[in-house]
Amino acid sequence: MLDLTYEAPKPKVIAGAKYDWELVIGMEVHAQVASNAKLFSGASTQFGNEPNSNVSFVDAAMPGMLPVINEFCVEQAVRTGLGLKAEINLWSAFDRKNYFYPDLPQGYQISQLYHPIVGEGEVIVDMEPGIARRVRIERIHMEQDAGKSIHDMDPNMSFVDLNRTGVCLMEIVSRPDIRGPEEAAAYVGKLRQILRYLGTCDGNMQNGNLRADVNVSICRPGQYEKYIETGDFSHLGTRCEIKNMNSMRFIQQAIEVEARRQIQIVESGGTVDQETRLYDPDKGETRSMRSKEEAHDYRYFPDPDLLPLEIEQAWVDDIAAKLPELPDAKKARFVADFGLSEYDASVLTAEVVSANFFEEVAQGRDGKMAANWVINELFGRLKKDDKDITSSPVTPAQLGGIIELIQKGDISGKIAKDLFEIVYTEGGDPAEIVEARGMKQVTDTGAIETAVDEIIAANPAQVEKAKANPKLAGWFVGQVMKATGGKANPKAVNDIVSAKLGL
Amino acid sequence: MEPYMSITTETAAKVAKLARIRVEEDALPALAQEFNNILGFIEQLNEVDVAGVEPMTSVTPQRLKRRVDDVTDGNQQGKVLKNAPDAREGFFAVPKVVE
Repeated sequence: MLDLTYEAPKPKVIAGAKYDWELVIGMEVHAQVASNAKLFSGASTQFGNEPNSNVSFVDAAMPGMLPVINEFCVEQAVRTGLGLKAEINLWSAFDRKNYFYPDLPQGYQISQLYHPIVGEGEVIVDMEPGIARRVRIERIHMEQDAGKSIHDMDPNMSFVDLNRTGVCLMEIVSRPDIRGPEEAAAYVGKLRQILRYLGTCDGNMQNGNLRADVNVSICRPGQYEKYIETGDFSHLGTRCEIKNMNSMRFIQQAIEVEARRQIQIVESGGTVDQETRLYDPDKGETRSMRSKEEAHDYRYFPDPDLLPLEIEQAWVDDIAAKLPELPDAKKARFVADFGLSEYDASVLTAEVVSANFFEEVAQGRDGKMAANWVINELFGRLKKDDKDITSSPVTPAQLGGIIELIQKGDISGKIAKDLFEIVYTEGGDPAEIVEARGMKQVTDTGAIETAVDEIIAANPAQVEKAKANPKLAGWFVGQVMKATGGKANPKAVNDIVSAKLGL
Repeated sequence: MEPYMSITTETAAKVAKLARIRVEEDALPALAQEFNNILGFIEQLNEVDVAGVEPMTSVTPQRLKRRVDDVTDGNQQGKVLKNAPDAREGFFAVPKVVE
């Protein structure tokens, strides 16, 4: 497989009142598996249904109900692991994480603390061409989501909807390898991109299908390197966990705000308490969730309702064989095969649908030209209409047709833009449109000569000036282009004008 | 053989709190003693040498049962809410849980 080379970015440095500080960030990303039914019940996972309608008696924790695992969810966790180049554990097991909350009717969440299904992997987080951070993945485990509590419908009551209860989440746990707010947002972005390529999670952050807990600590420059060398966390500061964030912008803001809070505490002689905090985007501050602290004694134990999950290597191999080409490999291939810049390749591979569209356009045509047309003309035009690539009125075949006409010299670049607009708004076959509307570039030198002769004859004064100053020949070229409606081949016009003026 | 851990009344109170079971102060020593009796009984298991023995997870050799990803359940809001002390507009209604 192809790989692009990269260098690590510099860690972000925040200047405190006394010292410079670096950030150390680890993340736990919860990604909802794109399944039809829940992890342990046959209730639907569909978003936005009537409250408590996607609920089986298993989800409602009625006595005597037993969980039965959804094999598709297991497959998605394995796919995700393979996509993050991680080791797959053929033997994993489920544990109960015990705590009380109204939206958790079982009184425990079924999770995988001791034996997760996926072990160590990695994510390459691109920052800019040639600069990327390798973030190590510690593990991925499967677990049940909780229900949803609504607190603003009544002054004295909370309302509970169990539709989300029991939906399968993959918790993707990173090592503390992320060194700044921008990197953290980029990490979530890259993870989301990979999950969407794999199809294991739709990545919809607005609906909460992808959300992150962020662990933030600060240290003096040089300390992080000591931690990496020894694996000893005592070289790092005390971390705080910011819970449940579902926007990249807020993740970035929260980390910045939290780091500054910790710097202020440490520089004024205090110590940071390890705790769980919430980010309030309206106030631009993080605050302690003290109520959750006391419940931190989860009393994990193996779930006696579920046998260990044993999967076969052959099944894993089969999933691996069907893995799609992933973003890093696709980007490297676009650079190598189509001669694209890394930047253009990144833009085109951001979403797999864009990448597929581009490849269809570029097939058998000039790759760089195809990239320019897709990125500049098509994406630009779609953006103007607030559309995305999936609702593009121009098909890859149509855009490819336009590019072929340019490559053959049938139309000029300028006419091609007019043609694109016609195809975009009216549809139709580009070659037929060019033929029917007489948009073809005039390469017939006889016709161009006639046009040049006419303009020379009509402008004797200009001819004298141009003979004295050859730069003024451009005026004749312009006139000929105007007379031919922009359809004359500019190079041919240039040559003929020069010859006729004897320049 | 001495029990490897001993449950104090404080530990008993904490366990009761985590389980959301109310235990009156004067009942705690008896509860702690009960815990200790149970743990002491279980402690006997430590007398068996199980080095190198895989933990048994099932008495019959079976594989974890799997389900296909089909929606086969749900759409029973009325039944789900039937035993709730309070339910409004399709939601469980509980005393406010945010401070």
